[in-house]
Amino acid sequence: MKRKSNDTGRARKALHAVREFARFLASEMKPKGKIGTPFNVITGTIIVVGIALIAIRFYLGLGAVTNLSQDYPWGILKGFNLFVGVAFAGGAYVLTFVVYIMKLEKYEPIVRVTVLNGFLAYVFYAGALLLELGRPWNVVNPIIGNSFGFSSVLFLIAWHFLLYIICEFIEFSPAVAEWLNWEKARRVVEKMTMVAVIFGITLSTLHQSGLGALFLLAPAKIHPLWYSHYIPVLFFVSSIFAGLSMVIIESTFTHKVFHDKIGNTLRASHDDILLGLAKGCIGALFAYLFLKVIELVHGGHWGLLATPMGYWYLAEVAGFVVLPIFLFGAAIRRRSVRLVQFTSFFTALGVILNRLNVSLIAFNWDSSVRYYPTWIEIWMSLAVISMQLWVFRWVVNRMPVFTEPPHALKEEIIPVGEVVVWKATVS
Amino acid sequence: MSVNRRDFLKLAGVTGCSLLAGAPRRSEAAMASTEFYGMLVDTTKCIGCRSCEEACNEQNGLPKPEVPFSSDSVFEQKRDTSPGAFTVLNRYPNAKNPGSPVFVRRQCLHCCQPACASACLTKAMEKTLEGPVIYHKDRCMGCRYCMIACPHNIPKFEYESAFPYIRKCIFCYDRLKAGGRPACVDACPENASLFGTRRDLLEIARTRIYENPDKYVHHVYGEHEVGGSGTMYLSAVPFEKLGFRTGLGTTPYPEHTSGFLYGVPLVFVLWPSFLIGLNYLAGNGNKGKNHEEEE
Repeated sequence: MKRKSNDTGRARKALHAVREFARFLASEMKPKGKIGTPFNVITGTIIVVGIALIAIRFYLGLGAVTNLSQDYPWGILKGFNLFVGVAFAGGAYVLTFVVYIMKLEKYEPIVRVTVLNGFLAYVFYAGALLLELGRPWNVVNPIIGNSFGFSSVLFLIAWHFLLYIICEFIEFSPAVAEWLNWEKARRVVEKMTMVAVIFGITLSTLHQSGLGALFLLAPAKIHPLWYSHYIPVLFFVSSIFAGLSMVIIESTFTHKVFHDKIGNTLRASHDDILLGLAKGCIGALFAYLFLKVIELVHGGHWGLLATPMGYWYLAEVAGFVVLPIFLFGAAIRRRSVRLVQFTSFFTALGVILNRLNVSLIAFNWDSSVRYYPTWIEIWMSLAVISMQLWVFRWVVNRMPVFTEPPHALKEEIIPVGEVVVWKATVS
Repeated sequence: MSVNRRDFLKLAGVTGCSLLAGAPRRSEAAMASTEFYGMLVDTTKCIGCRSCEEACNEQNGLPKPEVPFSSDSVFEQKRDTSPGAFTVLNRYPNAKNPGSPVFVRRQCLHCCQPACASACLTKAMEKTLEGPVIYHKDRCMGCRYCMIACPHNIPKFEYESAFPYIRKCIFCYDRLKAGGRPACVDACPENASLFGTRRDLLEIARTRIYENPDKYVHHVYGEHEVGGSGTMYLSAVPFEKLGFRTGLGTTPYPEHTSGFLYGVPLVFVLWPSFLIGLNYLAGNGNKGKNHEEEE
């Protein structure tokens, strides 16, 4: 009898907790801050119209809204959102490497926001990919069922996207647990962080280069100056500076927009962090340039440099790889954060150019048919980005993204010196 | 979605191992089997009657074209295969003999080691043991990577449909399994298209070149191109003048990505070990520094 009442009591308690949680979630779903801002109006319009366009795309088929053709099967939703977006999301694996593996604590304050950005980028750009798939409901086929195309690079990428999204979610989940005040859960996921980081870096290495390896199958279609066996390595190395320059760009914006959210540690070390990231960019850019030169020498396509496509190639390499190296160098010497930020924009532009070159511009370069996106394709692409920005803002306004909670900090980082002293006294 | 660490490792292991084991077996099968069925198209015999196009249209239940098959007007421009036409004839001028133009049939070449099948992540494109490269439409997700990969631009996508498929010649696989020949071969009144095993067809092709050295270009298109194909061509006019891509090389396309795929298990094994090692060293480095400070 007593036991029963105990049970009902417990059930009522649980029910109460669930109800409380639902109420909490409902209150958190409400927007914070002003609604009628220019940003909201513009992105809101893009999203609403974008959703309508997406509905039309699924109702009428791809041919009705895109300029995709039998010669250009892949358009900007792949060329821009996927190939560029994933390269920009590379900052997450680079920074987790720097902070968790190399233990450079200086960069710790920006790890969370970078991982969040990476996570959202993967979720939304995999989403953009669905819009360009002909039969997106079959996207689960390579994951389940008996149709594993092991010989396909795209199979590898599909799996890696799924696994990496999980890894990034685990890496970010301590912030979610703190937001929900789930102390026990936070401890559990924090213990999983290291495994997620190691797997995440491995997966990133493979699928960043894998996106390049996709094009290895098109040797007769891509201009010889862009096609080489190095494409996978070039994509991987460029994802390092693409990711880092995106981190710099993102922090430039978030510092203005979310000024009140930013913790003291980050505010104090912000400039120092950006200069450090710029140094990382230089290193990766230089390695990339070196590979590009080796590729050119190996390929032996010197003669092609004096053609229109050759000038375009030189513009990409000289303007968006060599020049950023000098600009970043000058910025670091002068400790000019502004120049670092400017150069990051420039570098990011170069990455966009490179990915569009490989996937669209140097692709079928000798064909009489050319591909230009329709306004609908561009709009859908922007709608996906706007949605990502909204979710990003929603998370940043609620979860501890820029600030570490004080209790976690004290618990986690015990100065090693103290441990040594403690060990010495024990023995 | 709950993926615990053990499942995750298992999965990674399975994926890695199968990448190691799976890929070579496929290409070995392709190399070992010389008994692929194929087709030899002798362009010197083709009269441009378009019977093959009509037979293909009927066999595959494709929509009837606006211009009837009896009309020659379609030859005024170069045509490509489409979701509604798996084989098309094109007319090219004949420099040797201006009075008799050359007709070339364009359709899937059924490569011995097809790029499309190696590109497909759902195995929707499959190289069968009989030779045809067939399409499993229920598996396809419409990513169109096969179209990117195919050196001959053969797979075509139904852009105008909300439920689109890839469409291409499947060498009348059902007829083949029932002991028959492709519809286009059966329909050809001039025997310009021959059906047989690839080995037999190559012998016929070489014999024809040997017996008529002045008539034919001394090359069988499809014997070595991208590792060889089931459909092969004989011609009196250089192939590059007939719309063929001649600079494709002899490397089978799957080999372009196999190097990268072999590297995948290596990275899966080496990267975590390197990372754990680096992490240990980074931690140890800090410890050493602190030790020195203590002393």
